[in-house]
Amino acid sequence: MGGELMARKKNSIDTEVLKKIYRTVSRIRHFEEQGIKLYRQGLIKGYFHPYLGQEGIAAGVCAGLLPGDNIASTHRGHGHCIAHGAEVKGMVAELLGRRDGYCKGYGGSMHIADIQNGNLGANGIVGAGSPLGVGAALASQIIGDGKVTVTFSTDGGTNNGTFLESLNMAAIWNLPFVLVVENNQYAVSTPISEATRDTELYKRGEAIGVESHRVDGNDPIEVYEVTSRAIEKCRKGEGPIMIEAVTYRHAGHHVNDPGAYMPEDRLEYYKGIDPIIRGRKALKDMAGLSDTEIDAIDQEVYDEYEEALEFAKASGEVTAEEFHEFAMGY
Amino acid sequence: MSAREIMYRDALREALDHEMSVNPAVFIIGEGIAERGGSYKVTEGLLDKYGPQRVRDTPISEASMIGAGVGAAIAGARPITEILYIDFAMLGMDQIVNQAAKFRLMTGDRGSVPFVMRTQGGAGGAVAAQHSQSLEALFYHIPGLRVVMPSTPYDAKGLLTHSLRQDHPVMFLEHKHLYMTKGMVPENDYEIEFGQAEVMTEGEDVTIVAWSHMLLKAMEAAETLTAENVGVEVINLRTLSPLDTDTIMASVAKTNRVVIAQEAVRRGGVASDIASYIQEEEFYSLDAPIEIVAGLNIPIPFNLSLEKASVPQAQDIVAAAKRTLEHA
Repeated sequence: MGGELMARKKNSIDTEVLKKIYRTVSRIRHFEEQGIKLYRQGLIKGYFHPYLGQEGIAAGVCAGLLPGDNIASTHRGHGHCIAHGAEVKGMVAELLGRRDGYCKGYGGSMHIADIQNGNLGANGIVGAGSPLGVGAALASQIIGDGKVTVTFSTDGGTNNGTFLESLNMAAIWNLPFVLVVENNQYAVSTPISEATRDTELYKRGEAIGVESHRVDGNDPIEVYEVTSRAIEKCRKGEGPIMIEAVTYRHAGHHVNDPGAYMPEDRLEYYKGIDPIIRGRKALKDMAGLSDTEIDAIDQEVYDEYEEALEFAKASGEVTAEEFHEFAMGY
Repeated sequence: MSAREIMYRDALREALDHEMSVNPAVFIIGEGIAERGGSYKVTEGLLDKYGPQRVRDTPISEASMIGAGVGAAIAGARPITEILYIDFAMLGMDQIVNQAAKFRLMTGDRGSVPFVMRTQGGAGGAVAAQHSQSLEALFYHIPGLRVVMPSTPYDAKGLLTHSLRQDHPVMFLEHKHLYMTKGMVPENDYEIEFGQAEVMTEGEDVTIVAWSHMLLKAMEAAETLTAENVGVEVINLRTLSPLDTDTIMASVAKTNRVVIAQEAVRRGGVASDIASYIQEEEFYSLDAPIEIVAGLNIPIPFNLSLEKASVPQAQDIVAAAKRTLEHA
């Protein structure tokens, strides 16, 4: 793992996979940037935790999953949702609280889920996705459906007791479970150095006998290489595996947190090794794509978002009558 | 097929056994439930029959045992997590309250959580403060949970079978004093749907509403009162959520007097909530104030005499019923 933009061998990864990974990074980046604008315009209410800067993790991990594999996400969950196959239009509609949203406007940003594609949902409780993911993996082992489950957690989540409990349970049962810890180095505003003595979190997995890796979370290709191998091992019954992906947010904890506690020089360093930059470089170095060809991918992403926004704005809201009926049987 | 007399714990086991035999997605995890067969022998023999994949002992990790059950349910299985004592379920409250109960709403009704948490509560046998509490009101308060509290072997089997065939998260709350009680139970499988209280005895003078182990004390009280020519209608609620208010109201409209008996402490309890519904719907039927018989507002002490003093006894229910009869 390193911050340098290393050159990679040509054709070591299928061009379609590389394009898919880059497209996902670009989609998430655009979704978040536009989402923040909508938030500032007052169209999105409540909480909004941007995934800006961390896109390479969701994109790299999910490129190694099969359709129908399960993921459990975090409070910063838009990226995971996009990366695991959700349509942007249903996501924008959800963030706007509309009935055509993935959760009909009942869930919102913090609880967005895409059950059909195996996204068991974002989660407002830090660390709670670990036992849920272990349970999904347990279901797969018992039913024998061949699925692998990835739980995305965070450095903050590793200090919740369920981190150890659930990873340990996955280990004693050899579950098809990958725990991806996105170490963005802050739990809300508390730097990781104040939250734990040893900041190399993958060692916690090793300490309980779980194969564990540390990757550069800003490099979607490295994330893909390591996690896709881990996912395949889990599919063969050699799980669980823990992966710590080191990254850095581009801003504060949520849209209204200016992140004044994040040192400028560190922020600049991580922006210099941003997943967009890395993804573009990989497409050029490894697949021989030109800037024009990569820009065309971005343009498709922008067009898709424009349509999605129109769709979402045209969508109505669940009525009070419908809501009351739902509540009666809840 | 015929019915025969078996114990509450055997009735529970029959429900588990049958559902495991017909549905390969049903499995059980818990502490000491596999080879040991559980502290109350409910899962005895299931390991041999269904193997270690589907009957698993867990580490002592309540939050993640419950969470794994919830996650497995979301992902399409039919998990049962057994928690030794309801007091220990407090370690898993996030997974119950924030995950299981809210999931259906948060997913816009696209997801469901067919998860059953089996556990037991109640005072009995000097097991002291952290192994004796009655905590159903905590779960009753949470929208989305089904709170099931069987009192008889017949109810135990029918309600557990139904729990494993419906799609909502279920808090299946047993009582440590009930496992060895006996009753007639059909050999075949059957379901008791939620929200269907049973009128155990019919009478004209006073209604007694109870659930879990308190039902047995209510029946004992009814026997005493009947001997004194008081007509008692005992209602066995079976489930607190959903709550069968129709059966309660019909009885109160008939008897005009009601005693609600719970083992749990009075403050913030289910009995108070039932009383609020009665005064709202049958205020003009009442000939006497609603009586609530409940535990003292204190944790359960170790000393047996004090333990007994902290939870209601049959004579407390008798006394409460007689107080209602003092009103014309």
